Amino acid sequence: MSDTPNVVTGDLEAPTTEAPQELSESTSEVAENRREVHDMWVAGSEEPGWMRSYTDEGAQEMLDAGDEPVQEIYRGTVVTDDFIEDEPADDDELQILNMGPQHPSTHGVLRLHLELDGETIRRVKPIIGYLHTGMEKTAETLTYMQGSTNVTRMDYLSPMHMELAFSLAVESLLGVEIPERGQAIRILLTELNRVSSHLVWAATQGTDLGAVSMLIYGLRDREYILQFFEKTTGLRMNHNFIRPGGVAADLPDGWEEDIEQIIGKVEQGVSEYEELFNGNPIFRDRTIGVGVITPEECKALGVSGPIARGSGINWDLRKAFPYSGIEKYDFEVPTGKHGDVWDRYIVRIEEIKQSLGIVRQVLETMPAGDYRTEDRKVTPPPRKRIDESMEALIHHFKLFTSGFKAPAGETYRAVESPRGELGMYIVSDGRERPWRMHARTPSFNHVQALPTMMTDSLVADIVATIASCDPVLGDVDR
Amino acid sequence: MSIYSSLADAFPSVEFEKVLDPPQDVAHVPAADYPEFVAAAKTAGFDVFADLCGVDYLRRDPRFEVVLNLLSYSESARLRIRVGVPAADPKLASITDLFPGANFYEREAFDLFGVVFEGHPDLTRIVLPDDWEGHPLRKDYAVGSVPVRFKESPKAQ
Amino acid sequence: MAHRSGPSGFLLTTYDTAVNWTRTRSMWTATFGLACCAIEMMATGAAHNDLARFGMEVFRASPRQADLMIVAGRVSQKMAPVLRQVYDQMSEPKWVISMGACASTGGMFNNYALVQGVDEVVPVDVYVPGCPPGPQSLMHGILTLQDKVMSGEITR
Repeated sequence: MSDTPNVVTGDLEAPTTEAPQELSESTSEVAENRREVHDMWVAGSEEPGWMRSYTDEGAQEMLDAGDEPVQEIYRGTVVTDDFIEDEPADDDELQILNMGPQHPSTHGVLRLHLELDGETIRRVKPIIGYLHTGMEKTAETLTYMQGSTNVTRMDYLSPMHMELAFSLAVESLLGVEIPERGQAIRILLTELNRVSSHLVWAATQGTDLGAVSMLIYGLRDREYILQFFEKTTGLRMNHNFIRPGGVAADLPDGWEEDIEQIIGKVEQGVSEYEELFNGNPIFRDRTIGVGVITPEECKALGVSGPIARGSGINWDLRKAFPYSGIEKYDFEVPTGKHGDVWDRYIVRIEEIKQSLGIVRQVLETMPAGDYRTEDRKVTPPPRKRIDESMEALIHHFKLFTSGFKAPAGETYRAVESPRGELGMYIVSDGRERPWRMHARTPSFNHVQALPTMMTDSLVADIVATIASCDPVLGDVDR
Repeated sequence: MSIYSSLADAFPSVEFEKVLDPPQDVAHVPAADYPEFVAAAKTAGFDVFADLCGVDYLRRDPRFEVVLNLLSYSESARLRIRVGVPAADPKLASITDLFPGANFYEREAFDLFGVVFEGHPDLTRIVLPDDWEGHPLRKDYAVGSVPVRFKESPKAQ
Repeated sequence: MAHRSGPSGFLLTTYDTAVNWTRTRSMWTATFGLACCAIEMMATGAAHNDLARFGMEVFRASPRQADLMIVAGRVSQKMAPVLRQVYDQMSEPKWVISMGACASTGGMFNNYALVQGVDEVVPVDVYVPGCPPGPQSLMHGILTLQDKVMSGEITR
C-alpha cells in the first residue's frame, strides 16, 4: 500500500505526506477518545490485531454538540410534521444511533450517525467512504481508450451516463465530431438507462416504505431494458459501450421491435405503479411533507436532478447545456412544488414517461450513417479493413497498445444523469493517459444534503428520505 | 457577459480565460483573493455550487490547484475558478460559509490531496479511514497495486 | 439422498447426508450488497430469475439469522473490518460466496483503496466470476455451493 516503492520521481522535493501539525493533533485527539470508547464497548478482546490497524474511523463520527458549529442550512426548514419547535432534550437524554454501513435501507454502504431525542432526529452525520475504490487514481493509469471501462463502474445504475460524460469530455479535448447516428444511439441508450435507473428507484422506494411487491415489479420491468442492453452491448451492466469517438458497435438487427416492446411494457408497468402508489394512504402519509428541501438549500448544497426539480427548480442540463443532439427531441422537464418525497416521486415517474417519449422519437428519426467517427486515430478501423490494409492494421495496433494522445488542456463536461448533474473534469498533459480525472457525481451532494432533509423529523422518515434521494454509493465514494 | 465584466473590473488580479467547448469562463484567482472572489461571484449570480476538486501538478509551481465550478441558473452559465496552492504550505480559505455544499468536497480534497481548508467546520478524512497515512491522489503517492502472480495457479504448473 | 429404500416405506440414509440435505435446502442469505453486483443479486431474487426456486429467497438483514454471506461487490480497506464483523456475527454453519471479480481478486481496481480479494478477510467457499456476474452465474454459484455441502466437501 502506502509503502509500495514505485513513487513518481520528480525534481520537486516531495512534500511530507503528513497533515500539518495542529490539525493532526486535534483530529488524533478526537480519534483517541473515540478509540477508547470503541475498545470499551465494541471491540472487546476478540478483534484480531491486524484489524485494529485500520478500524479507527473515530474522528469521522459526530463531534460533540458543543464543538460542532452547526450551519443553519444543515438544520433544514420547518415542515408540517417536524419537531423543530419542540424544546430540545438535555444532552444526556439524547441517544446516538448508528445506521449502516450494512443496512438494507441505506442503498449500499452508507452509514448515518443519528442523534435522537426520542423519536425525533436532532442531528445527522452521513459517513461515507465504505465503497471508496480509488477510481480517480486508477483512471490516471488507464489510457483514454480504457477509461470508459473504469468510469462505467462508478454509478452502476446509470453506466451509460458515466460513459457518455467521460466520452464527451475526451472528445471535447480532442475536438472530434460524432456522426448523427452515433449521437442518436447515445441518446437512445442513455434515455433507456434513465428509465431503468428510475425503475430501480421505484422498486427500492416502494420496498423501503413497505410495498415489497414494488421490488418485484420494478426489477421485472427493468429486466426488459437490461435484456436489450445485453443484446446491444454484450453486458447487462458496466457496458463500456459509449466510448470516446462514438459507440462500440451499431445497434443489433431488429432493435426497432425490441424498443417498441420495451416502451409498451414499461408504460404499462408505470401505470401499474401509479395505481399502486397514488391513492395508497400509507404511501401518501409517509411521503407527503417528508424530507423537504427548499430551492435555496438545493442551490447552496449543489443538489441537482429530480430532487432540485422536486423543489421547483426548472433546471435540466439537457435543456440548459444540450449534449449529443438532445436538443432535437421534444420533451418536458417536470417540476414539483413542495420539495418533499412525494414531489420527487411525481417528478421521477413523469421523467420515465418523458424519457420513453424521447426513446420513441429516436426510434422514429434514427438517422442512417456511421455510428462512430471516421478518425482512425481515435476509433479502431472496421474488422474487415484489418485484413485488407496494412495501414488499418497499424492504426488498430497503435490504438489498442498505446491509445491516442489528447492535447494538453482541461475540460469539464456534464450530462444529466438520472440523479442529477454528472460532470467529468479531465486534465490532460498531452499524453495518452489523463493527468487527472475527477468525477463530479450527483449522489455525493445528495448524501451531503441528507442532514438538511432529515433534521428535526422522525426516525421513520429516514428510509423514505434516503430512498427518495436515490443515492448510489458507487457514485458517492468512487 | 455582463457578469464576467463586472467581476473582472472588481478584481484586476484575476485572469479570465474563455473556453469555447463547452462555452464557459475560467478565472485564475490568486489564493489571497479567493474567498472574496467567490463571494463576489455568488452575488453576481453564480449562486449554485457545482463542484470542487484538487489537482496535483507535481512539477509546477504552485504545485496544487483547487478547481471550483459554479453555476448560474438564471444566465445558464458556468464559471470555473482555479486557485493555485503551494506545496510548502498547502492552505486555502474554506468557502463552506458561502456554499455549504463545499463541505464534503473540501474534506475530499483534504483527504486525497492534503490541501488544508482553513475555517472548515470539520476537516477530517472522508473517504479513507482516519488513520490512513498520506494523500493517495498526490502524484508522489503510489497507486498501491499488488503484483499479480499467476504462477501459483495449479493449471500453470 | 436416499441410500436404500426399505421394503415397507422406510427411508434409510446416513445422519450426515440428512444433515447436509437440510442445510442446503434452506440456506438463508445475509444481504451484503456493496456495489454493482448487489443490483444483480437483487435481480436474482426478483421476478425473472426467482431465487425462491432454490429455497433461498429469504434475504436477511440481520447476519445472525443468515447462513450464507454473498459478498456482492468491491471491498474497500475501510469496509473490510465491517465485513469481518458481520461474518463473525453469523452463526455456524456459515458459508461465503465471493460474487464478482472485485470481491474475488480486486478486479480491475488494483490500487490502494481495495482489498485484493475478500479471501484476505473471510474464508470463501465459492467464487463467482464476472463483472458483474449475471443472475444465472450467481445461481450457478449457489448450486455449486449446495453440491459441495451435499457431497460433504465442506464440513463445518
